[in-house]
Amino acid sequence: MSTVSEPVSLSAPRGADAGLTPKQLADKYGLAVSGRRPGLVAYSKQLWARRHFIWAFATARLVAQYTDAKLGQLWQVVTPLLNCAVFYLVFGVILKSKDGFPDGTYTAWLCIGVFVFQFTQNAVQSGTRAISDNLGLIRALHFPRASLPIAFTVIQLQQLLISMVVLVGVVLASGIEPGRTWLAVVPALLLQSMFNTGVALVMARIGAKTSDISQLIPFAMRAWMFLSGVMFSIQDKISTWPEFWQKVMQFNPASVYMDLLRHAFAPVIYNKHVPQHQEFPPHQWTYGIAWAVGMFVIGYVFFWKAEEEYGRG
Amino acid sequence: MADTDLRKGLTVRDADVAREPTVVVDDVHIVYRVHGAGSGKGSATSAVSRILSRKRSAGVREVHAVRGISFTAYKGEAIGLIGSNGSGKSTMLAAIAGLLPTEKGGIYTNGQPSLLGVNAALMNELTGERNVVLGCLAMGMTPAQVRERYNDIVEFSGINDKGDFISLPMRTYSSGMGARLRFSIAAAKTHDVLLIDEALATGDQAFQQRSKKRIDELRGSAGTVFLVSHDNSSIREVCERTIWIEAGELVMDGPTEEVVSRYERGDRP
Repeated sequence: MSTVSEPVSLSAPRGADAGLTPKQLADKYGLAVSGRRPGLVAYSKQLWARRHFIWAFATARLVAQYTDAKLGQLWQVVTPLLNCAVFYLVFGVILKSKDGFPDGTYTAWLCIGVFVFQFTQNAVQSGTRAISDNLGLIRALHFPRASLPIAFTVIQLQQLLISMVVLVGVVLASGIEPGRTWLAVVPALLLQSMFNTGVALVMARIGAKTSDISQLIPFAMRAWMFLSGVMFSIQDKISTWPEFWQKVMQFNPASVYMDLLRHAFAPVIYNKHVPQHQEFPPHQWTYGIAWAVGMFVIGYVFFWKAEEEYGRG
Repeated sequence: MADTDLRKGLTVRDADVAREPTVVVDDVHIVYRVHGAGSGKGSATSAVSRILSRKRSAGVREVHAVRGISFTAYKGEAIGLIGSNGSGKSTMLAAIAGLLPTEKGGIYTNGQPSLLGVNAALMNELTGERNVVLGCLAMGMTPAQVRERYNDIVEFSGINDKGDFISLPMRTYSSGMGARLRFSIAAAKTHDVLLIDEALATGDQAFQQRSKKRIDELRGSAGTVFLVSHDNSSIREVCERTIWIEAGELVMDGPTEEVVSRYERGDRP
Protein backbone atom coordinates (compact mmCIF):
# COMPACT_ATOMS: atom_id res chain seq x y z
CA MET A 1 0.00 0.00 0.00
CA SER A 2 1.20 3.49 -0.74
CA THR A 3 1.75 6.00 2.05
CA VAL A 4 -1.12 8.12 0.74
CA SER A 5 -4.25 6.29 1.82
CA GLU A 6 -7.81 6.73 0.76
CA PRO A 7 -9.31 8.61 3.73
CA VAL A 8 -12.65 6.76 3.69
CA SER A 9 -11.52 3.36 2.50
CA LEU A 10 -12.10 1.62 5.85
CA SER A 11 -15.48 3.24 6.31
CA ALA A 12 -17.07 2.63 2.95
CA PRO A 13 -19.43 -0.31 2.63
CA ARG A 14 -18.12 -3.14 0.52
CA GLY A 15 -19.39 -5.97 -1.60
CA ALA A 16 -23.15 -6.06 -1.88
CA ASP A 17 -23.47 -2.92 0.23
CA ALA A 18 -21.16 -0.79 -1.90
CA GLY A 19 -22.65 2.52 -2.82
CA LEU A 20 -25.22 2.66 -0.01
CA THR A 21 -25.49 5.95 1.88
CA PRO A 22 -24.85 5.76 5.63
CA LYS A 23 -28.58 6.10 6.30
CA GLN A 24 -29.45 3.27 3.91
CA LEU A 25 -26.74 1.10 5.43
CA ALA A 26 -28.06 1.72 8.93
CA ASP A 27 -31.60 0.87 7.83
CA LYS A 28 -30.51 -2.29 6.04
CA TYR A 29 -28.84 -3.72 9.16
CA GLY A 30 -31.54 -2.49 11.53
CA LEU A 31 -29.37 -0.03 13.44
CA ALA A 32 -31.29 2.29 15.74
CA VAL A 33 -30.68 5.93 16.57
CA SER A 34 -28.40 6.01 19.60
CA GLY A 35 -29.96 7.14 22.87
CA ARG A 36 -33.55 7.26 21.66
CA ARG A 37 -36.31 6.95 24.23
CA PRO A 38 -38.08 3.57 24.18
CA GLY A 39 -41.88 3.33 24.08
CA LEU A 40 -43.81 3.35 27.33
CA VAL A 41 -44.41 -0.41 27.34
CA ALA A 42 -40.82 -1.28 26.38
CA TYR A 43 -39.63 1.17 29.03
CA SER A 44 -41.76 -0.44 31.71
CA LYS A 45 -40.36 -3.84 30.74
CA GLN A 46 -36.80 -2.56 31.03
CA LEU A 47 -37.64 -1.05 34.38
CA TRP A 48 -39.12 -4.31 35.62
CA ALA A 49 -35.94 -6.11 34.51
CA ARG A 50 -34.01 -3.72 36.78
CA ARG A 51 -36.07 -4.43 39.90
CA HIS A 52 -33.11 -6.13 41.59
CA PHE A 53 -30.96 -3.10 40.83
CA ILE A 54 -33.57 -0.78 42.38
CA TRP A 55 -33.70 -2.86 45.53
CA ALA A 56 -29.92 -3.26 45.81
CA PHE A 57 -29.40 0.46 45.18
CA ALA A 58 -31.90 1.39 47.87
CA THR A 59 -30.40 -0.97 50.44
CA ALA A 60 -26.85 0.10 49.66
CA ARG A 61 -27.77 3.76 49.94
CA LEU A 62 -29.56 3.25 53.23
CA VAL A 63 -26.52 1.52 54.70
CA ALA A 64 -24.08 4.10 53.34
CA GLN A 65 -26.14 7.07 54.54
CA TYR A 66 -24.99 6.93 58.12
CA THR A 67 -21.53 5.37 57.74
CA ASP A 68 -19.89 8.52 59.10
CA ALA A 69 -22.15 8.78 62.14
CA LYS A 70 -21.14 6.89 65.28
CA LEU A 71 -24.72 5.99 66.18
CA GLY A 72 -25.28 4.78 62.63
CA GLN A 73 -28.79 3.89 61.64
CA LEU A 74 -30.10 4.80 65.08
CA TRP A 75 -30.42 8.35 63.72
CA GLN A 76 -33.25 7.23 61.47
CA VAL A 77 -35.37 6.90 64.58
CA VAL A 78 -33.82 9.55 66.78
CA THR A 79 -34.20 12.43 64.28
CA PRO A 80 -38.00 12.23 63.88
CA LEU A 81 -38.40 11.66 67.63
CA LEU A 82 -36.43 14.85 68.34
CA ASN A 83 -38.68 16.60 65.84
CA CYS A 84 -41.71 15.32 67.70
CA ALA A 85 -40.26 16.56 70.99
CA VAL A 86 -39.76 20.08 69.62
CA PHE A 87 -43.25 20.21 68.11
CA TYR A 88 -44.74 18.85 71.33
CA LEU A 89 -43.07 21.59 73.34
CA VAL A 90 -44.02 24.44 71.00
CA PHE A 91 -47.43 23.43 69.71
CA GLY A 92 -48.61 21.06 72.41
CA VAL A 93 -47.51 22.81 75.57
CA ILE A 94 -46.94 26.49 74.70
CA LEU A 95 -49.69 26.92 72.08
CA LYS A 96 -51.95 24.47 73.97
CA SER A 97 -52.93 22.45 70.89
CA LYS A 98 -53.10 19.31 73.00
CA ASP A 99 -56.09 20.66 74.93
CA GLY A 100 -58.27 20.10 71.83
CA PHE A 101 -57.74 16.34 71.88
CA PRO A 102 -59.12 13.45 73.91
CA ASP A 103 -57.06 12.92 77.06
CA GLY A 104 -53.44 11.86 76.44
CA THR A 105 -53.83 11.21 72.72
CA TYR A 106 -52.06 14.32 71.42
CA THR A 107 -48.58 12.75 71.55
CA ALA A 108 -49.65 9.80 69.42
CA TRP A 109 -51.58 12.08 67.05
CA LEU A 110 -48.55 14.36 66.66
CA CYS A 111 -46.01 11.56 66.16
CA ILE A 112 -48.11 9.80 63.51
CA GLY A 113 -48.47 13.12 61.68
CA VAL A 114 -44.75 13.92 61.85
CA PHE A 115 -43.67 10.46 60.64
CA VAL A 116 -46.23 10.36 57.84
CA PHE A 117 -45.54 13.88 56.63
CA GLN A 118 -41.81 13.28 56.75
CA PHE A 119 -42.28 10.25 54.50
CA THR A 120 -43.69 12.46 51.75
CA GLN A 121 -41.31 15.32 52.51
CA ASN A 122 -38.30 13.01 52.10
CA ALA A 123 -39.72 11.71 48.83
CA VAL A 124 -39.93 15.26 47.46
CA GLN A 125 -36.44 16.20 48.64
CA SER A 126 -34.62 13.07 47.53
CA GLY A 127 -36.59 12.98 44.30
CA THR A 128 -35.35 16.45 43.43
CA ARG A 129 -31.76 15.27 43.81
CA ALA A 130 -32.23 11.76 42.41
CA ILE A 131 -30.85 12.62 38.97
CA SER A 132 -28.47 15.47 39.72
CA ASP A 133 -26.69 13.60 42.55
CA ASN A 134 -26.15 10.48 40.47
CA LEU A 135 -24.84 11.91 37.21
CA GLY A 136 -21.75 9.70 37.46
CA LEU A 137 -23.85 6.56 37.49
CA ILE A 138 -26.12 7.88 34.74
CA ARG A 139 -23.25 8.79 32.46
CA ALA A 140 -21.39 5.53 33.07
CA LEU A 141 -24.14 2.95 32.68
CA HIS A 142 -27.31 2.51 30.72
CA PHE A 143 -30.47 1.70 32.64
CA PRO A 144 -33.98 3.18 32.78
CA ARG A 145 -33.48 6.41 34.71
CA ALA A 146 -36.78 6.02 36.55
CA SER A 147 -34.92 3.38 38.60
CA LEU A 148 -33.31 6.18 40.60
CA PRO A 149 -36.34 8.14 41.88
CA ILE A 150 -38.13 4.84 42.50
CA ALA A 151 -35.13 3.52 44.43
CA PHE A 152 -35.17 6.65 46.58
CA THR A 153 -38.82 6.05 47.42
CA VAL A 154 -37.94 2.48 48.39
CA ILE A 155 -35.26 3.93 50.70
CA GLN A 156 -37.87 6.16 52.37
CA LEU A 157 -40.20 3.19 52.74
CA GLN A 158 -37.48 1.09 54.37
CA GLN A 159 -36.75 3.97 56.75
CA LEU A 160 -40.44 4.39 57.50
CA LEU A 161 -40.80 0.73 58.41
CA ILE A 162 -38.09 1.18 61.03
CA SER A 163 -39.84 4.31 62.30
CA MET A 164 -43.13 2.39 62.45
CA VAL A 165 -41.72 0.16 65.18
CA VAL A 166 -41.02 3.26 67.27
CA LEU A 167 -44.43 4.67 66.40
CA VAL A 168 -46.18 1.57 67.68
CA GLY A 169 -44.29 2.04 70.94
CA VAL A 170 -45.42 5.68 71.18
CA VAL A 171 -49.03 4.78 70.44
CA LEU A 172 -49.10 2.01 73.03
CA ALA A 173 -47.42 4.28 75.57
CA SER A 174 -50.24 6.80 75.06
CA GLY A 175 -52.66 4.21 76.32
CA ILE A 176 -54.23 3.41 72.96
CA GLU A 177 -54.99 -0.28 72.61
CA PRO A 178 -54.31 -2.18 69.40
CA GLY A 179 -57.46 -3.00 67.47
CA ARG A 180 -58.75 -4.23 64.16
CA THR A 181 -58.27 -0.78 62.59
CA TRP A 182 -54.51 -1.34 62.78
CA LEU A 183 -54.86 -3.59 59.74
CA ALA A 184 -55.67 -0.47 57.71
CA VAL A 185 -52.13 0.81 58.32
CA VAL A 186 -50.73 -1.42 55.57
CA PRO A 187 -52.97 -0.32 52.67
CA ALA A 188 -52.73 3.31 53.79
CA LEU A 189 -48.92 3.17 53.70
CA LEU A 190 -48.96 1.40 50.34
CA LEU A 191 -51.16 4.14 48.88
CA GLN A 192 -48.89 6.81 50.29
CA SER A 193 -45.81 5.06 48.89
CA MET A 194 -47.41 5.04 45.47
CA PHE A 195 -48.25 8.72 45.76
CA ASN A 196 -44.70 9.46 46.90
CA THR A 197 -43.22 7.59 43.95
CA GLY A 198 -45.26 9.75 41.59
CA VAL A 199 -44.17 12.93 43.36
CA ALA A 200 -40.51 11.81 43.36
CA LEU A 201 -40.67 11.13 39.60
CA VAL A 202 -42.10 14.58 38.90
CA MET A 203 -39.56 16.28 41.16
CA ALA A 204 -36.70 14.26 39.63
CA ARG A 205 -37.43 15.59 36.15
CA ILE A 206 -37.86 19.16 37.39
CA GLY A 207 -34.76 18.93 39.59
CA ALA A 208 -32.67 17.53 36.74
CA LYS A 209 -33.44 20.54 34.55
CA THR A 210 -33.69 23.39 37.05
CA SER A 211 -31.20 23.18 39.87
CA ASP A 212 -32.63 26.43 41.33
CA ILE A 213 -35.65 24.44 42.49
CA SER A 214 -33.71 22.86 45.35
CA GLN A 215 -33.42 26.32 46.94
CA LEU A 216 -37.21 26.70 46.96
CA ILE A 217 -38.10 23.20 48.19
CA PRO A 218 -37.52 23.86 51.93
CA PHE A 219 -39.93 26.82 51.90
CA ALA A 220 -42.55 24.99 49.91
CA MET A 221 -42.32 22.00 52.23
CA ARG A 222 -42.61 24.16 55.35
CA ALA A 223 -45.69 25.91 53.98
CA TRP A 224 -47.20 22.54 53.08
CA MET A 225 -46.48 21.17 56.55
CA PHE A 226 -48.24 24.04 58.34
CA LEU A 227 -51.19 23.94 55.92
CA SER A 228 -51.61 20.19 56.40
CA GLY A 229 -52.07 20.32 60.15
CA VAL A 230 -49.20 18.12 61.23
CA MET A 231 -48.94 19.46 64.76
CA PHE A 232 -52.33 21.12 65.25
CA SER A 233 -55.79 20.31 64.00
CA ILE A 234 -56.16 22.23 60.76
CA GLN A 235 -59.92 21.59 60.67
CA ASP A 236 -60.49 23.65 63.79
CA LYS A 237 -58.58 26.57 62.28
CA ILE A 238 -60.35 26.64 58.92
CA SER A 239 -63.91 25.99 60.09
CA THR A 240 -64.81 29.63 59.41
CA TRP A 241 -63.39 29.54 55.85
CA PRO A 242 -65.67 29.50 52.79
CA GLU A 243 -67.02 26.06 51.87
CA PHE A 244 -64.91 25.85 48.70
CA TRP A 245 -61.60 26.39 50.46
CA GLN A 246 -62.52 23.92 53.18
CA LYS A 247 -63.06 21.35 50.42
CA VAL A 248 -59.72 22.20 48.82
CA MET A 249 -57.91 21.83 52.15
CA GLN A 250 -59.64 18.53 52.74
CA PHE A 251 -58.35 17.26 49.41
CA ASN A 252 -54.72 17.99 50.43
CA PRO A 253 -52.94 14.62 49.97
CA ALA A 254 -50.74 15.09 53.05
CA SER A 255 -53.85 15.60 55.21
CA VAL A 256 -55.57 12.65 53.56
CA TYR A 257 -52.75 10.20 54.34
CA MET A 258 -52.23 11.58 57.84
CA ASP A 259 -55.94 11.20 58.57
CA LEU A 260 -55.98 7.66 57.23
CA LEU A 261 -53.05 6.58 59.38
CA ARG A 262 -54.20 8.45 62.48
CA HIS A 263 -57.61 6.88 62.16
CA ALA A 264 -56.04 3.46 61.67
CA PHE A 265 -53.66 3.72 64.63
CA ALA A 266 -55.81 5.67 67.08
CA PRO A 267 -59.52 5.49 66.21
CA VAL A 268 -60.30 6.79 69.70
CA ILE A 269 -59.31 10.30 68.57
CA TYR A 270 -62.17 10.27 66.07
CA ASN A 271 -64.68 8.52 68.35
CA LYS A 272 -67.82 10.67 68.49
CA HIS A 273 -68.58 9.56 72.04
CA VAL A 274 -65.31 10.90 73.39
CA PRO A 275 -65.12 14.57 74.44
CA GLN A 276 -63.05 16.82 72.16
CA HIS A 277 -62.89 14.18 69.42
CA GLN A 278 -61.64 15.07 65.91
CA GLU A 279 -63.76 14.91 62.76
CA PHE A 280 -62.81 12.14 60.35
CA PRO A 281 -63.70 13.74 57.00
CA PRO A 282 -65.73 11.54 54.63
CA HIS A 283 -64.32 9.91 51.48
CA GLN A 284 -60.71 9.88 52.78
CA TRP A 285 -60.07 6.40 51.33
CA THR A 286 -61.41 7.49 47.94
CA TYR A 287 -59.17 10.55 47.96
CA GLY A 288 -56.22 8.44 49.09
CA ILE A 289 -56.66 5.97 46.21
CA ALA A 290 -57.25 8.75 43.67
CA TRP A 291 -54.12 10.62 44.72
CA ALA A 292 -52.00 7.45 44.70
CA VAL A 293 -53.06 6.21 41.27
CA GLY A 294 -53.31 9.66 39.67
CA MET A 295 -49.96 10.91 40.93
CA PHE A 296 -48.15 7.69 40.05
CA VAL A 297 -49.42 7.65 36.46
CA ILE A 298 -48.76 11.37 35.93
CA GLY A 299 -45.29 11.15 37.48
CA TYR A 300 -44.32 8.04 35.52
CA VAL A 301 -45.35 9.42 32.13
CA PHE A 302 -43.94 12.89 32.91
CA PHE A 303 -40.56 11.38 33.85
CA TRP A 304 -40.47 9.00 30.88
CA LYS A 305 -41.14 11.86 28.44
CA ALA A 306 -37.66 13.26 29.12
CA GLU A 307 -35.87 9.90 29.52
CA GLU A 308 -33.27 10.54 26.80
CA GLU A 309 -32.30 13.94 28.24
CA TYR A 310 -31.13 12.94 31.73
CA GLY A 311 -27.40 13.30 32.22
CA ARG A 312 -26.91 14.97 28.86
CA GLY A 313 -24.94 18.07 28.06
CA MET B 1 -19.49 -20.05 3.48
CA ALA B 2 -18.45 -18.33 0.31
CA ASP B 3 -17.56 -15.18 2.16
CA THR B 4 -15.10 -16.86 4.50
CA ASP B 5 -13.50 -18.73 1.65
CA LEU B 6 -12.95 -15.47 -0.14
CA ARG B 7 -11.45 -13.94 2.97
CA LYS B 8 -9.07 -16.82 3.59
CA GLY B 9 -7.89 -17.23 0.05
CA LEU B 10 -8.03 -13.81 -1.45
CA THR B 11 -7.09 -11.16 1.04
CA VAL B 12 -6.49 -8.80 -1.84
CA ARG B 13 -10.15 -9.05 -2.74
CA ASP B 14 -11.39 -8.19 0.78
CA ALA B 15 -13.13 -5.29 -0.85
CA ASP B 16 -15.76 -7.63 -2.24
CA VAL B 17 -17.06 -8.88 1.12
CA ALA B 18 -20.02 -7.10 2.67
CA ARG B 19 -19.40 -6.40 6.36
CA GLU B 20 -21.92 -5.91 9.09
CA PRO B 21 -21.93 -2.31 10.37
CA THR B 22 -22.32 -1.71 14.11
CA VAL B 23 -22.01 2.07 14.33
CA VAL B 24 -22.93 4.48 11.53
CA VAL B 25 -22.03 8.12 12.11
CA ASP B 26 -23.62 10.23 9.41
CA ASP B 27 -22.48 13.86 9.06
CA VAL B 28 -22.79 14.59 12.77
CA HIS B 29 -22.62 18.07 14.28
CA ILE B 30 -22.59 18.54 18.04
CA VAL B 31 -23.06 21.91 19.72
CA TYR B 32 -22.59 22.49 23.44
CA ARG B 33 -24.62 25.28 24.99
CA VAL B 34 -22.70 26.71 27.92
CA HIS B 35 -24.81 28.62 30.43
CA GLY B 36 -23.29 31.42 32.39
CA ALA B 37 -20.42 31.97 30.01
CA GLY B 38 -21.34 35.64 29.72
CA SER B 39 -20.04 38.28 32.09
CA GLY B 40 -21.25 38.87 35.64
CA LYS B 41 -23.47 35.81 35.97
CA GLY B 42 -22.85 35.44 39.66
CA SER B 43 -23.98 38.86 40.82
CA ALA B 44 -27.54 39.25 42.05
CA THR B 45 -28.14 42.53 40.21
CA SER B 46 -27.23 41.05 36.86
CA ALA B 47 -29.44 38.04 37.52
CA VAL B 48 -32.37 40.35 38.30
CA SER B 49 -31.75 42.53 35.27
CA ARG B 50 -31.51 39.42 33.11
CA ILE B 51 -34.89 38.23 34.36
CA LEU B 52 -36.44 41.70 33.97
CA SER B 53 -35.15 42.19 30.44
CA ARG B 54 -36.18 38.61 29.56
CA LYS B 55 -32.97 38.06 27.67
CA ARG B 56 -32.45 34.51 28.79
CA SER B 57 -29.97 33.74 26.06
CA ALA B 58 -27.58 36.50 27.18
CA GLY B 59 -25.33 34.16 29.14
CA VAL B 60 -25.47 31.22 26.74
CA ARG B 61 -22.57 30.56 24.43
CA GLU B 62 -22.41 27.91 21.77
CA VAL B 63 -19.42 25.66 21.29
CA HIS B 64 -19.39 23.76 18.02
CA ALA B 65 -17.48 20.70 19.23
CA VAL B 66 -18.01 18.30 16.32
CA ARG B 67 -18.37 19.59 12.76
CA GLY B 68 -19.68 17.10 10.28
CA ILE B 69 -17.94 13.81 11.07
CA SER B 70 -18.95 10.68 9.15
CA PHE B 71 -17.66 7.13 9.44
CA THR B 72 -18.92 3.59 9.70
CA ALA B 73 -17.60 0.99 12.12
CA TYR B 74 -17.97 -2.72 11.48
CA LYS B 75 -18.30 -5.83 13.57
CA GLY B 76 -15.04 -7.03 15.10
CA GLU B 77 -13.16 -3.76 14.61
CA ALA B 78 -11.17 -1.94 17.27
CA ILE B 79 -10.97 1.71 16.38
CA GLY B 80 -8.72 4.28 18.01
CA LEU B 81 -9.66 7.95 18.19
CA ILE B 82 -6.73 10.34 18.37
CA GLY B 83 -6.29 14.10 18.31
CA SER B 84 -5.03 16.90 20.52
CA ASN B 85 -6.83 18.02 23.70
CA GLY B 86 -10.23 19.54 22.98
CA SER B 87 -10.40 18.13 19.46
CA GLY B 88 -13.77 16.50 20.12
CA LYS B 89 -12.79 12.85 20.67
CA SER B 90 -14.55 12.38 23.99
CA THR B 91 -17.55 14.35 22.74
CA MET B 92 -17.79 12.00 19.78
CA LEU B 93 -17.67 9.00 22.10
CA ALA B 94 -20.36 10.39 24.41
CA ALA B 95 -22.57 11.04 21.37
CA ILE B 96 -22.17 7.45 20.14
CA ALA B 97 -23.17 6.31 23.63
CA GLY B 98 -26.34 8.37 23.26
CA LEU B 99 -25.42 10.73 26.08
CA LEU B 100 -25.21 13.86 23.93
CA PRO B 101 -27.84 15.03 21.47
CA THR B 102 -26.70 15.68 17.91
CA GLU B 103 -27.41 19.08 16.40
CA LYS B 104 -27.48 17.71 12.86
CA GLY B 105 -26.93 14.31 11.29
CA GLY B 106 -27.54 10.94 12.85
CA ILE B 107 -25.78 8.23 14.84
CA TYR B 108 -27.12 4.71 14.34
CA THR B 109 -25.96 1.87 16.52
CA ASN B 110 -26.46 -1.84 16.95
CA GLY B 111 -27.82 -2.30 20.46
CA GLN B 112 -26.88 0.06 23.26
CA PRO B 113 -23.24 1.19 23.20
CA SER B 114 -21.67 1.27 26.62
CA LEU B 115 -19.36 4.11 27.56
CA LEU B 116 -16.51 3.41 29.92
CA GLY B 117 -14.81 6.56 31.08
CA VAL B 118 -12.32 7.23 33.84
CA ASN B 119 -14.31 10.26 34.97
CA ALA B 120 -17.53 8.34 35.40
CA ALA B 121 -17.58 7.37 39.04
CA LEU B 122 -19.97 4.82 40.41
CA MET B 123 -20.91 5.46 44.03
CA ASN B 124 -18.01 6.68 46.09
CA GLU B 125 -19.51 6.19 49.53
CA LEU B 126 -20.21 2.52 48.87
CA THR B 127 -17.74 -0.33 49.15
CA GLY B 128 -16.13 -1.79 46.05
CA GLU B 129 -18.10 -4.95 46.73
CA ARG B 130 -21.45 -3.14 46.57
CA ASN B 131 -20.34 -1.23 43.50
CA VAL B 132 -19.58 -4.45 41.65
CA VAL B 133 -23.04 -5.82 42.44
CA LEU B 134 -24.81 -2.54 41.68
CA GLY B 135 -22.91 -1.98 38.44
CA CYS B 136 -23.71 -5.47 37.19
CA LEU B 137 -27.38 -5.21 38.16
CA ALA B 138 -27.60 -1.78 36.51
CA MET B 139 -26.26 -3.28 33.28
CA GLY B 140 -29.18 -5.69 33.41
CA MET B 141 -27.64 -8.85 34.83
CA THR B 142 -29.72 -11.08 37.06
CA PRO B 143 -28.62 -11.63 40.68
CA ALA B 144 -27.61 -15.19 39.76
CA GLN B 145 -25.35 -13.95 36.95
CA VAL B 146 -23.80 -11.41 39.32
CA ARG B 147 -22.99 -14.10 41.90
CA GLU B 148 -21.46 -16.20 39.16
CA ARG B 149 -19.21 -13.44 37.80
CA TYR B 150 -18.43 -11.62 41.06
CA ASN B 151 -15.18 -13.43 41.82
CA ASP B 152 -13.94 -13.07 38.25
CA ILE B 153 -14.59 -9.34 38.30
CA VAL B 154 -12.76 -8.78 41.58
CA GLU B 155 -9.88 -10.98 40.53
CA PHE B 156 -9.62 -9.28 37.15
CA SER B 157 -9.57 -5.82 38.73
CA GLY B 158 -6.67 -6.83 40.96
CA ILE B 159 -8.16 -4.69 43.76
CA ASN B 160 -7.47 -7.36 46.35
CA ASP B 161 -3.85 -7.92 45.31
CA LYS B 162 -2.55 -5.79 48.17
CA GLY B 163 -5.06 -6.72 50.86
CA ASP B 164 -8.80 -6.70 51.34
CA PHE B 165 -9.66 -3.43 49.58
CA ILE B 166 -12.91 -4.58 47.98
CA SER B 167 -14.74 -4.18 51.32
CA LEU B 168 -13.63 -0.54 51.69
CA PRO B 169 -15.63 2.42 50.35
CA MET B 170 -14.63 3.45 46.85
CA ARG B 171 -13.70 6.95 48.02
CA THR B 172 -10.66 5.40 49.70
CA TYR B 173 -9.38 4.01 46.39
CA SER B 174 -6.65 5.63 44.35
CA SER B 175 -7.79 6.91 40.95
CA GLY B 176 -6.06 3.99 39.29
CA MET B 177 -7.82 1.44 41.49
CA GLY B 178 -11.19 3.08 40.84
CA ALA B 179 -10.62 3.07 37.09
CA ARG B 180 -9.57 -0.58 37.20
CA LEU B 181 -12.66 -1.65 39.09
CA ARG B 182 -14.95 0.31 36.75
CA PHE B 183 -13.31 -1.26 33.72
CA SER B 184 -13.65 -4.72 35.24
CA ILE B 185 -17.35 -4.19 35.94
CA ALA B 186 -18.12 -2.87 32.46
CA ALA B 187 -16.04 -5.55 30.78
CA ALA B 188 -17.84 -8.32 32.68
CA LYS B 189 -20.70 -8.08 30.22
CA THR B 190 -20.30 -8.54 26.50
CA HIS B 191 -21.34 -5.34 24.77
CA ASP B 192 -22.18 -4.97 21.12
CA VAL B 193 -20.28 -1.71 21.15
CA LEU B 194 -17.83 -0.81 23.90
CA LEU B 195 -16.53 2.75 24.14
CA ILE B 196 -13.41 3.28 26.23
CA ASP B 197 -12.21 6.73 27.23
CA GLU B 198 -8.58 6.71 28.41
CA ALA B 199 -9.18 3.70 30.63
CA LEU B 200 -6.05 1.85 29.67
CA ALA B 201 -3.60 4.60 30.51
CA THR B 202 -4.53 4.61 34.20
CA GLY B 203 -3.86 1.08 35.34
CA ASP B 204 -0.44 -0.36 36.06
CA GLN B 205 1.54 -2.48 33.60
CA ALA B 206 0.02 -5.82 34.63
CA PHE B 207 -3.51 -4.47 34.46
CA GLN B 208 -2.93 -2.92 31.05
CA GLN B 209 -1.89 -6.31 29.75
CA ARG B 210 -4.99 -7.95 31.22
CA SER B 211 -7.32 -5.31 29.82
CA LYS B 212 -5.81 -5.59 26.36
CA LYS B 213 -6.50 -9.31 26.47
CA ARG B 214 -10.04 -8.66 27.64
CA ILE B 215 -10.66 -6.13 24.84
CA ASP B 216 -9.52 -8.74 22.33
CA GLU B 217 -11.99 -11.20 23.84
CA LEU B 218 -14.79 -8.66 23.66
CA ARG B 219 -14.00 -8.04 20.01
CA GLY B 220 -13.99 -11.75 19.43
CA SER B 221 -17.50 -12.06 20.85
CA ALA B 222 -18.80 -10.04 17.92
CA GLY B 223 -18.39 -6.52 19.23
CA THR B 224 -16.82 -3.26 18.19
CA VAL B 225 -14.45 -1.38 20.47
CA PHE B 226 -13.68 2.35 20.35
CA LEU B 227 -10.68 3.60 22.27
CA VAL B 228 -9.86 7.25 23.00
CA SER B 229 -6.34 7.68 24.27
CA HIS B 230 -3.35 9.98 24.26
CA ASP B 231 -1.13 6.98 24.67
CA ASN B 232 -0.23 6.11 21.08
CA SER B 233 1.40 2.84 22.03
CA SER B 234 -1.81 1.46 23.52
CA ILE B 235 -3.70 2.58 20.39
CA ARG B 236 -1.07 0.77 18.30
CA GLU B 237 -1.39 -2.39 20.35
CA VAL B 238 -5.19 -2.54 20.55
CA CYS B 239 -6.55 -0.97 17.38
CA GLU B 240 -6.02 -1.82 13.75
CA ARG B 241 -7.96 1.20 12.55
CA THR B 242 -7.58 4.78 13.75
CA ILE B 243 -9.55 7.96 13.24
CA TRP B 244 -7.75 11.29 13.68
CA ILE B 245 -9.97 14.17 14.75
CA GLU B 246 -8.82 17.76 14.96
CA ALA B 247 -10.98 20.81 15.84
CA GLY B 248 -14.11 18.71 15.49
CA GLU B 249 -13.32 17.59 11.98
CA LEU B 250 -12.17 14.23 10.68
CA VAL B 251 -8.59 14.55 9.49
CA MET B 252 -7.80 10.98 8.61
CA ASP B 253 -9.38 7.53 8.85
CA GLY B 254 -7.21 4.54 8.02
CA PRO B 255 -4.94 1.74 9.25
CA THR B 256 -3.51 2.57 12.68
CA GLU B 257 0.17 2.50 11.75
CA GLU B 258 -0.30 4.93 8.90
CA VAL B 259 -2.56 7.37 10.79
CA VAL B 260 -0.63 7.35 14.07
CA SER B 261 2.75 7.83 12.47
CA ARG B 262 1.48 10.81 10.48
CA TYR B 263 -0.21 12.16 13.64
CA GLU B 264 3.09 11.88 15.51
CA ARG B 265 4.88 13.78 12.75
CA GLY B 266 2.08 16.36 12.69
CA ASP B 267 1.74 15.65 8.98
CA ARG B 268 -1.89 16.46 8.10
CA PRO B 269 -3.05 15.08 4.79
